[in-house]
Amino acid sequence: MKTKPRAGNDSPPSGHRRALPRPRRELSTGFVVSRILVLAVGSAVAFYAAPPLIAAESWTGLTVLAAATALIAYVYLSRRHLPLKYLVPGTVFLIAFQIFPVLFTLSTAFTNFGEGHRGTKEEAITSIQTSSVAQVPGSPEYNLSVAVRDGELVFLLVDTATKQVQAGTATGLEPVSGAELGLTGKVLSAPGFQVLTIPQAAARGAEISALTVPTAAGAIKANGLSRAFEGRAAKAYAPDCDCVTDSATGQKWTADPDEGAFVAADGSRLAQGWQVNVGFSNFTRVFTDPRISAHFLSLFAWDLLFAAASVLGTFGIGLIAALALHGVKVRGTRLYRVLLVLPYAMPAFAMFLVWRDMFNTDFGLINRVLGLHTDWFGEPVSARFAVILVNLWLGFPYMFLVTTGALQAIPSELGEAARIDGATPWHNFRRVTLPLLLIAVTPLLISSFAFNFNNFNAIRLTTNGAPFSVDNTTVGGTDLLITYTFRLAFEGGSAEFGFAAAISVFIFILVGIISALAFRRTRYQEEVYA
Amino acid sequence: MRKRAAGLSAALLGIVLGLTACGSDQPAAAPADSAPASAPAVDKGNGKLVIWADPVRTAALKPFTEQFGKENGVTVEIKEIAEELQNQFLTASQQGSGPDVLIAAHDWIGNLVQNGSIDPVQLTAEQKSAFQEIAIKAVTFGGQTYGAPYAVENLGLIRNTALAPEAPASVEALIESGQALKKAGKVSEILCVPVGQEGDAYHIYPFYSSAGGSLFGTTASGDPDPTKITVGDSAPAFTKLNELGKKGVGALKTSLGNDNTIATFASGKCAYLISGPWAIADVKKAGISYDVTAVPAFDGGDPATPFVGVQTFYVASKGKSKALAQEFVTNYVTNPDVAMALYNADPRPPALTAALDQAKAANPDMGKFIEAGKTGIPMPAIPQMAAIWQPFGVAEAAVINGGDPAKAAAAANKAITEAIEK
Repeated sequence: MKTKPRAGNDSPPSGHRRALPRPRRELSTGFVVSRILVLAVGSAVAFYAAPPLIAAESWTGLTVLAAATALIAYVYLSRRHLPLKYLVPGTVFLIAFQIFPVLFTLSTAFTNFGEGHRGTKEEAITSIQTSSVAQVPGSPEYNLSVAVRDGELVFLLVDTATKQVQAGTATGLEPVSGAELGLTGKVLSAPGFQVLTIPQAAARGAEISALTVPTAAGAIKANGLSRAFEGRAAKAYAPDCDCVTDSATGQKWTADPDEGAFVAADGSRLAQGWQVNVGFSNFTRVFTDPRISAHFLSLFAWDLLFAAASVLGTFGIGLIAALALHGVKVRGTRLYRVLLVLPYAMPAFAMFLVWRDMFNTDFGLINRVLGLHTDWFGEPVSARFAVILVNLWLGFPYMFLVTTGALQAIPSELGEAARIDGATPWHNFRRVTLPLLLIAVTPLLISSFAFNFNNFNAIRLTTNGAPFSVDNTTVGGTDLLITYTFRLAFEGGSAEFGFAAAISVFIFILVGIISALAFRRTRYQEEVYA
Repeated sequence: MRKRAAGLSAALLGIVLGLTACGSDQPAAAPADSAPASAPAVDKGNGKLVIWADPVRTAALKPFTEQFGKENGVTVEIKEIAEELQNQFLTASQQGSGPDVLIAAHDWIGNLVQNGSIDPVQLTAEQKSAFQEIAIKAVTFGGQTYGAPYAVENLGLIRNTALAPEAPASVEALIESGQALKKAGKVSEILCVPVGQEGDAYHIYPFYSSAGGSLFGTTASGDPDPTKITVGDSAPAFTKLNELGKKGVGALKTSLGNDNTIATFASGKCAYLISGPWAIADVKKAGISYDVTAVPAFDGGDPATPFVGVQTFYVASKGKSKALAQEFVTNYVTNPDVAMALYNADPRPPALTAALDQAKAANPDMGKFIEAGKTGIPMPAIPQMAAIWQPFGVAEAAVINGGDPAKAAAAANKAITEAIEK
């Protein structure tokens, strides 16, 4: 990247400024390239996203897209707003990947979105009616040939039993004479009709699905491209009573707008429901549902312990390792460092599973090597010890990396000065190195705490909450808040995304509070030491 | 996104209303007239069939889907979904970006239907009678047929014939033989059945049912009734499991889970394995001489009923090429030649009787597994089944580890009921 002198730098004395035209700022290659890049990506995204939005008639989405694209174009095409040019990409990503998911989670928390309540009421009604369509009892089976007459799509239907040929159109059935039948019992040709080949018919699949031939008992619909059947829907929705009636049994289900379901007088409901706003009920459920409130404190306490032990443990080990390799002139320091970072380089998913198998009572490496027969995941104490151990092994390389970097940033003169003043190595570490180190790493410790507080994988992929006591199958000894509520929301019957979102909001608040308190403490610390 | 789905559903609604309006003796011309005109605007999938399946089936199906595409002059795209197939399918369907055909096990039907994501398929009486009875029973939900079955899978007892030449007549005989082999130092485990840390309701169900245990009551029509959870009443069955566990004979152990049980059998460390057709490849590779029989029942107990799982082709409700999807599911994969070709690519007992007969001739194991499933019941497809697995499994693992059976049964029953009622 070339750096050309900028004309603005040697601007004339201020007294003459008004008289002269504003000098053109010369542009560096890098600047031009990055500008083209941002504009190209911006317009590419706009061109990519616009057609689906138009197709879906999502005018709000389209407006937002247009506004964002216009903003990007304006900022990068104009010569002014230099700070904005740096801020816009970050802000766009912040909105897209942070703010939007948080808002989306929050809005989901107020709905009953979950299995059986995914779509709209219209979709539920469609599905109820479609899934009640059955063949009219005693009606014939038809072989179907799709044909065209005067540009209109027509079904040529052959009754498989009587071989009678009829033409089905949107107005009904009419007899056809002079049709030639093939060996498979389908119409090959008929006067006045142009029979479509299968590929031709396949190309008009949507029209075939849409064609409904009315009959006395119901309607004839295509069943694929080569068969048709006469069906009728047993359940029908009537808008005037906002209810679904079964024409066979006469049972009636009325729409319940609070539940998002059709409910009958006897309390039974149709499986297909829809998404409705349920207000704060997902949030209040956290307090009123005994399955959560009864276990909250014990889960919370273990969660805190797990997160604290993970953070302090990984930091302790990482720090010791980093100090051991810091400033010493030993051959192979680099090799040691690489070896120490190795667990971090391996995929955590696989490592959790490997550790889980190593803790197996009968076949696990640990019991075999130590000659033990411990059921590690069978008792709360040993299971908790095991998951923390696994987490330490996976987590310390990160802390080692971070502290190594921070240690190298601490000026060695400080240590030397302390030594000249008569400080012992311990004092030196305790009073000089550690405080300076903590200033750099405390934010990382806090974020690591927040991460481990919600370390779903560490539990899910190892013990999955085990051990469970015999009289309580829902809360395990190593369950974190997140793994327990995941089970509650997704494995307790059917998935409840709305409820899960409400729980996420709570955990978000909890972690937020803890982090805020920790950051406040850090600020005091900085004021003291810095 | 929601708007797009709404537009699609409005068009669908028109179609269905055409059908229902006719049903209620009204002059039906008006709604039916408007439907064809509006539909092509929504449908952009003409001449293209999109299929979603898991990785195992994707590979096996590829040649047949291509063949179907050639015969019908359309392009067929089969997409492999490695993780969370059900959830991905539901989400994509909701957004209007789902496939036309889904291939999955039949026990998803309840959840797929309650989310309005699959359509019933209209099979003729003749077509239905060509399938094994249990396969059609499995894909029937609420009186409707929801898919075309293609493979039937259930557990059997796989026996190392070098170690145990005779098939055990009862669980007791099996345990006795396993104990004798263990004592003689020939094996290290009495029986290989996955239990795992969290229990495994699927693999233990034959024993559980033979010991008198059940999960649901039955409705008048013979379907599982989610309002009657009977796990709590099945404490005697849990007692039997307890006796086979850690504090009893030690035949069931939580250290054997889904990931190491087949390997343990394949390495010759146990003479008996309870597993399905999927285990055969590993067993063969290990060069073990084996035989497959039904999972035995307890002496004087009920029959051991394994769950029967049926791999099924579904027509997606919100697919773009529904006519093609129906053609593929109802007329193509129900053809015995296609079923046989599918079998050759992925050997699982075919659901079509004609194909099964051919498969049996080529590979006797297929017939043996079907025989082992004779007493089986289709895995319940009701959505409430999802609430069973975890609490039941935990209770199972607890009693096998020596926990009190009555307490475990009661706790599981409570957890399941709470989850279903909530």
